[in-house]
This record gives sequence, C-alpha cells and structure tokens, in this order.
Amino acid sequence: VTLTAKEVAEITRLLEDSTFDELYLEMDGFKLSLRRSGSVPTEAAPAASATPPPAPEAQRRPVGGATAADTRLAPDPGVQDVPAPLLGTFYRAPKPGAPPFVEVGSAVEEDTVIGIIEVMKLMNAVRASVRGTVTEVPAQDGVLVEYGETLIRVRKAT
Amino acid sequence: VAIRRVLIANRGEIAVRIIRTCRALQIESVLAASEADRDSLPARLADRTVCIGPARPSESYLRADTLVHAALGVHADAIHPGYGFLSERTALAQLCEEHGVRFIGPTASQIAAVGDKLRARAAAEALDIPVVPGGPVSSPDEAQALARRIGTPLLVKAAGGGGGRGMKRVDTLDELPAALELAASEAGAAFGDARVYLERFVALGRHIEVQILGDGEGRVIHLGERDCSVQRRYQKLVEETPAPALPESLRGALHEAAVRFAQALAYRGAGTVEFLVEPQREAFYLLEMNARIQVEHPVTEAVTGVDLVAEQIAIAEGDGLRLRQPDIARRGWAIECRVNAEDPAQDFRPSPGVVREVTWPSGPGIRVDTHIVEGARIPPFYDSLMAKIIAHGMDRQTALGRLEHAVCAARVVGVASNLALQSSILADLQFQAGGVDTGFLPRLLERTRLAGSGDRG
Repeated sequence: VTLTAKEVAEITRLLEDSTFDELYLEMDGFKLSLRRSGSVPTEAAPAASATPPPAPEAQRRPVGGATAADTRLAPDPGVQDVPAPLLGTFYRAPKPGAPPFVEVGSAVEEDTVIGIIEVMKLMNAVRASVRGTVTEVPAQDGVLVEYGETLIRVRKAT
Repeated sequence: VAIRRVLIANRGEIAVRIIRTCRALQIESVLAASEADRDSLPARLADRTVCIGPARPSESYLRADTLVHAALGVHADAIHPGYGFLSERTALAQLCEEHGVRFIGPTASQIAAVGDKLRARAAAEALDIPVVPGGPVSSPDEAQALARRIGTPLLVKAAGGGGGRGMKRVDTLDELPAALELAASEAGAAFGDARVYLERFVALGRHIEVQILGDGEGRVIHLGERDCSVQRRYQKLVEETPAPALPESLRGALHEAAVRFAQALAYRGAGTVEFLVEPQREAFYLLEMNARIQVEHPVTEAVTGVDLVAEQIAIAEGDGLRLRQPDIARRGWAIECRVNAEDPAQDFRPSPGVVREVTWPSGPGIRVDTHIVEGARIPPFYDSLMAKIIAHGMDRQTALGRLEHAVCAARVVGVASNLALQSSILADLQFQAGGVDTGFLPRLLERTRLAGSGDRG
C-alpha cells in the first residue's frame, strides 16, 4: 500500500488545517513525514550544484569547486526557484512509474506537493510554497539533491 | 579494505586537518557543509562539498540521517566525524554500522560505554584504576550519606555529561538537595539522562590526558600524555607534551592505566583517557575517556611524528595498529595555543564576524592548524576556535620561546581574539616554571582584572 500524489496532497492539507506542526505516518513499509516548519525559505537559494552523485570516475573538482558555476542567464524576477528544504534523494513521483507530482506547465498552489525528498527511507513531502506555473524541473528523479538546490522553477501567478 | 572516499562530517580547522591527511593518502574528501560554511576554506580544499542543511547545527551537523544519506549518495566509503558534533554520539556510528559506511572512530557501543560516565567509573574501578572518591546516587538520603563520607566541597555531575558540562559545585551539605534537583533536571533536558553522581571536588589538580590507539581487538598503544591544565571553565587554552614537572613514576602509571582501560574495552581507533593528577600526593584519578580525535592532538603528532588522522583511517580500514609500543619515540617538546574569536576583556564573549585581515606565523618548529583566511566568516552558530598554533623544539624552553614569538606574530583583524591573553599566559613566570594546576588561569585572570581596575582608579 502506498499513497497516491493526490492522497499525499490531501494529507498535507489536513496538516495545514490542523494545529499540529508535524505529521508522521507509517504504513506497510511506507513512511511519510510532513513538517510545517520545513517550508522552503523565501529568499532565493544560493546557487547550488545540480550534479548527480559522482560516478567513481568523475571526481576531482578544481579548487573552489564548492559551488558549481551557475550557467543560467540573468534570473527572471517573475520566476521563483523552489529550493530543496533538505538534503536527500529527490523523487518526482510518488512511486516508480507513477506520473510525476508536477511537470512543466503544471499549475501549483503554495501547498501543492511537488516531490518527495527521501532521507534514510523517510519520505518528506516538498511543497511549492509559491503559486504559479512550473517552467522548469532542473532536479532529476532519484538523484541526490543538496540543501538549497533548485528543484523546480515557477512563474509566479500575478 | 582501502577507503577511497571520505565524507567529512565537520567544519572549521579540523575539517581542513582531515582533508590534508586525505590528500596525503590519495583519498578523496567530500565535505558535508552547512549553508554557513559553503564558502569556507575546507569547502574550497575538499574534492567536493555537499550542502547538508541550514547553519543551525541541529539542522545540519547534528543530523545523523542526513549525513549517512549524503555519504551513501556521494558513494563515500567512510565518515570522519572530527570532534564535537556527532563524534561522540552513538547515533552516527550506529547508522554507519547499519548501512555499511565505515565510521572512522570507535564502535557505537564503545561510544556508549565511555559516554556514560557512571559506566566508565565502574569500569575503571573494576580495573583498580583510581577514580575521584564519589559514586552514583538515586535518592536525596543516599546523596546526603555519600556526601558526608566524601566531604565538601563536592561536585554533582551528570552521567551523560562530561568535559565540564552538567556539573554543580556544592560547598556545604545543606546546598546538596537543591543542587541535586537542578543538576538532574538540567541533565535530563541536555542529555536525555537525569542520572547524577557525586564526586569530591579536587581544587588543586592538574589535567593530564593520555593519547591511545586501539585496534578494536584488544591491542592498545599509547603516544604519551598531554598536560591541559591551563583551562577556564573546563575550556582548554594551552596544551603541551610531555607534562612538565611530573615524576617519571607517575607519568608511567598514567600511561599504563590509560592503556589498560582502553584494552578492557577492546577500544578501536584514537582515544584519550583523561586524568586528574594531584602532584603533591602523587595521586591520580581517571576522569573520563574521549572517544574521538582531540583538538590538541597536534602536540602529540609533533613529538612522535605520527599522523594520528592517518592512523585513525588505517584502523578504520581494518589494518589494525601499524605501530608497536617500541616504535613510539617521543622527541623534544611541543606546546599549543588555541586562538579563539572571543574577547577576554568582555568575559570571553564570542566575537563572530568577518576576518578582514589575518597573518599566521611560520618558522622552524611552527605549525598552524586553521580554517581562517582573509574574508573568512565566523558564524555565531559554532565554537569560536580560529586556529591552533603549535610550537615544537628540542626542549621546553625552545618550544616556549618559539611559541611566544609565533603568538606575537599572529594578527587577526575584524573580530576579537584571545592572542594578547595567550601572550600573557606564555610570559607568566609560573607557567614558564611548568606544572601549573587548573586554578592557574582563573588566578591569572583575577590578577589581571585587579591590575586593570587599579590602573583606572
């Protein structure tokens, strides 16, 4: 038994409307933890490297490789980055083969679940925290994301 | 099995120190850095940096699950915990054991055994190693009875504490009930363990510790002792090896007791056994064991020529001990000064900020372990250690002279530092004579304060 994207979104909404800050759900090997304080910071996240975990051959970065060069063009003020609220493995869909929570063109509300970050088998739902339309999904499915790394970009609704 | 990639679950100078040995061993280093440390020197030196969370340690450096996930995600074979943070909590070692990541340190159960100060006391007693008179108490009546036996002043200590945390001094027996209650509730909140015990307060002691290495199978060697008696509120400021003005019989007894204690645990990795020494009685008491690399390890490296981090890694690789006791020769004398971003004139208030200019000393016999370069930020979330200046010489006088010059040559602009205080410690006649007790620094500070107020009056 796992939860569908819709169900996760629904549970998120239940937490939102409750007086609780945290919700921890475990069923048949599936764990879901939701945290109200885990909402994404509002200021722009620092440039983060979007590199997947290194393959054994892809190693040595030059000195100063702490933050990968950001090759994007000047940021569009109407587009907001949604950063990873924690380090973990990013999943775009509730389970393998299922349709992703969001795709380019999806409309999102602040509380829309846009993906899951797994930390040692603990699933953390990540919400958009912004209302608008998804323009880009730089984070790949099943890959390690760092804290602050951009997961999706959203053109803010006016 | 060779370790090829290490995740460093720490920051600051010790992260730089670990990266240096990884380089020398051709092991890749991945730094797990908080958001506040993304641009730090270790982040620039590491082969890769992953941002593990916000600046606050509880959301980054203290998240065992995040660190192990990061290690697995970057395909690191091992985690080096450094000191502080998760180095002596069972959570990280335990998770590493469960997920096949090597923890460069002792086993989780060894961390638990030495982290519980009551268990450590009992283990020492079972080996006939002296401990400070005292013992566990579970009721106020029991405490009164024990306190009458050991006498005042005494200390109420937390079983889960250590390093000065969670203790209360009691000068008269009628203060005991309140101190017990306060200590237990504080210990419960801070360590999740409300058990407390009593110990006689030893006023004029020296803090001397013994560095050991164990293979995890019961073989243990020692690398001599360090005298860390120059302390303020259990924070060490100056450390040296060998311990000056110590009878050779007592020195040997400390080494022997430390080795025996670690052998009984079949201790794995680098560790330090701390003793309280009463020189006039030629008595010593085992205080606790620190299951990690210590801040002051470089003085031991200076006189033995052993890279302790490399030995930690070798032991974690399963090579056991590459050195036997007769291989450990100690040459000369080494003294270390800790340079902190704190203001001794303002009750040692931490001084976070940006380092605008910095000059670290160099020269024969001088080593500086630091992460502070020009423009470095000192975030308010972490300890205030900026650098360790270590001087080595053929004898104490040479090492001390080199250190005095080195401390004078060091310059930090932008944040307050304790460099001037360190100079006055090194120039003090009692310190120069050697063998001061743990009351030395408080007395020196009191004299300085009185002299200071005299100037104004």
